[in-house]
Amino acid sequence: MVILMGEEKEKKGFFRRLVEGLTKTRKSIASGISSIFSAFSKIDDEFYEELEETLIMADLGVNATMAIVENLKEKVKENKIKEPEQCRQLLMESIEEQMNVPADAYEFENRKSVVMVIGVNGVGKTTSIGKLAGQYKNMGKRVLVAAADTFRAAAIEQLTEWTNRAGVEIIAQSEGSDPAAVVYDAVNAAKSRKTDILLCDTAGRLHNKKNLMDELRKINKVVDREYPDCYRETLVVLDGTTGQNALAQAKQFGEVADITGIIITKLDGTAKGGIAVAIQKELGIPVKYIGVGEHIDDLQKFNPHEYVEALFSTDAAAEEA
Amino acid sequence: MAFDSLSEKLQNVFRNLRNKGRLTESDVKTAMREVKMALLEADVSFKVVKTFINSVTERAVGQDVLNSLTPSQMVIKIVNEELTKLMGDETTEIVLKPGNEITTIMMCGLQGAGKTTMAAKLAGKFKSKGRKPLLVACDIYRPAAIDQLRINAGKVGVDFFEMGTSHAPVNIVKAALEHAKANNENVVIIDTAGRLHIDEQMMEELITVKEEINIDHTVLTVDSMTGQDAVNVAETFNSKLEITGVILTKLDGDTRGGAALSIKQVTGKPILYIGTGEKLTDVEQFYPDRMASRILGMGDILSLIDKAEQEYDEQKAKELERKIKKSEFDFNDYLDQINSMRNMGGITKILEMLPGMGMGNMKDVDMSSGESALKQAETIINSMTKKERANPDLLNPSRKNRIARGSGVDIADVNRFIKQFNETKRVMKQMSGMMKGGKKRGFRLPFGKM
Ligand SMILES: Nc1nc2c(ncn2[C@@H]2O[C@H](COP(=O)(O)OP(=O)(O)OP(=O)(O)O)[C@@H](O)[C@H]2O)c(=O)[nH]1
Ligand SMILES: [Mg+2]
Repeated sequence: MVILMGEEKEKKGFFRRLVEGLTKTRKSIASGISSIFSAFSKIDDEFYEELEETLIMADLGVNATMAIVENLKEKVKENKIKEPEQCRQLLMESIEEQMNVPADAYEFENRKSVVMVIGVNGVGKTTSIGKLAGQYKNMGKRVLVAAADTFRAAAIEQLTEWTNRAGVEIIAQSEGSDPAAVVYDAVNAAKSRKTDILLCDTAGRLHNKKNLMDELRKINKVVDREYPDCYRETLVVLDGTTGQNALAQAKQFGEVADITGIIITKLDGTAKGGIAVAIQKELGIPVKYIGVGEHIDDLQKFNPHEYVEALFSTDAAAEEA
Repeated sequence: MAFDSLSEKLQNVFRNLRNKGRLTESDVKTAMREVKMALLEADVSFKVVKTFINSVTERAVGQDVLNSLTPSQMVIKIVNEELTKLMGDETTEIVLKPGNEITTIMMCGLQGAGKTTMAAKLAGKFKSKGRKPLLVACDIYRPAAIDQLRINAGKVGVDFFEMGTSHAPVNIVKAALEHAKANNENVVIIDTAGRLHIDEQMMEELITVKEEINIDHTVLTVDSMTGQDAVNVAETFNSKLEITGVILTKLDGDTRGGAALSIKQVTGKPILYIGTGEKLTDVEQFYPDRMASRILGMGDILSLIDKAEQEYDEQKAKELERKIKKSEFDFNDYLDQINSMRNMGGITKILEMLPGMGMGNMKDVDMSSGESALKQAETIINSMTKKERANPDLLNPSRKNRIARGSGVDIADVNRFIKQFNETKRVMKQMSGMMKGGKKRGFRLPFGKM
């Protein structure tokens, strides 16, 4: 809860926190899925259809769902599986396979890096930056944050509050100033202060607005020009509640920036965040973090195995963790 | 585009079946599978899709489609009609109490849905209707939420009330009502913190407000990009807070907005307004039929026509029509057309509303080049003398040279523009000939190619 923000939260194991954050997710998806596994006595068309429905209801989308089910069918044939119950492990494996995070996904943490955080309005960019800043600061990194959302009312005040919470510095100008100029200042400050990680907050923008996407391009150019040898990381933030439009978002942000990862937020709700699977499948962009609350600690590194595990685990398994 | 692909798919389904001679019930089912996929891709809740498909299938099997010469179009027509029916038959707006009696409106919804912005937009809307709104800041959690509302209140020029972050929302609202009484504010709009529907403690906070204060309208604000979870969210907010209506935000994106249908279905509450941009005037009435077309991917042509009618002065339209017929269309008229397009939200907005444009394929169109072409045309015309503007034929090479220098463009640009202008004029004359006797609308796009 936000009210507890200032208080020390007990440190918990990664899996525990993940499971906690995903409890709702897991409960709804797992109960849906396990009911299918148990309600059917044999693997037939009806069974697969029901399975499709469940995945679609988790926002995986028609295409990803079809692909997953096809893949499952093949494996069932190959392995001569007869029991619906056995399908469960296979299904988890095939989803996990698609959610693979590359080995160098977090390389930017070890380099002098500039991290751009982009996305449509209200998805959780500023909050995620606050959380990331807190994490890197705790890792002993020199962190700097750039307030390049100069458009939305009070965006700078909001980010300033987060940098206070995280205990890091901020580079900001006034509302209405040129975001590229803010980034210019921030990049040069990062160079002269020997900052390890520069996090840039940007204004929320819908991906179908040409002029706003051009603005993003311009901001990126400033970084390229001013700090050519920095390590570039560009994270797109997607709201876990979003449906199929998240795919369009990821695609079109990908056209103006080299997206290196995705942050999926608000997975502490009842949304199943299945769009993550669809995106990974269609675009091959790895999910790197998930947001599971409004507290500064509520951002997790994405772990496909534990994610799928948490999605499908029964309550008993969750308690064990 | 979604509509194209749906209608294409349906045509394929029926073409294959045609060859067999007669359409059967199972053929219609095959077609319905395509409709189902289209709706799911638009994020309509799976359960809602299922019920919907069942009722549409029933109607479609009942001869309509089987006997039709163009079964695919018939299916789309039925689907569209049924969808519109589900979306609600009429447009509903927030009804304010008469005179100086205070109407209370409470915003609620998930984090990031757009409540704060929408609260300010509504305040602006009611202010323009001669009301005196008060914006009340009850988001005591999100950093700078109060500042955001204060700034927006200033931008729309309405009164603002806050008590910092250490008072319970119920007490803030009580004090705000006192403030409203003392200052003659008659529409009290309460912005609340975003919250998860499953967060009992946070939901309790709003329940308390409703228990202790008479809230006339409890409005659920929902991001139009919401996926399958929309039903859970809407159902829970509705059962806990008895919402009175729904507002959809961010419809200026390219989402198909299937959540609208799901929410309407599970709550039965009307959708009141839609947010269509970041400007504080970007709030519009909700039209169920237009939403139905959008979900099916048919663009928002009706909204466009409506806007065009609003912006287009009848008198001017007649005069223009006369001029076109007599080939008197000149640069002043051209400039008028540019301005009326701009009032409609610019080319980008117009194109977004056209069928085939809104859904994803806009990314291939460099719309800013259209906008900048307009801007250039405007500068060129502004560099002409009054005489030249009224008499396009006057333009000889030396005049063109002067205009090019004056507007800071190449002579080639001027020539291109004039050529385009003449082409436009010619096409318009042709069109006006074709439209004789037919239904006339004031709205014309004078730009043949963009
Ligand atoms: N429950 C929950 N809420 C979140 C999470 N991440 C962000 N939020 C909330 O979502 C809301 C919007 O977050 P912001 O960080 O302001 O989003 P933004 O993308 O910066 O928004 P704009 O700058 O307005 O485009 C805030 O109320 C956050 O507290 C999350 O993981 N879980
Ligand atoms: Mg922000």
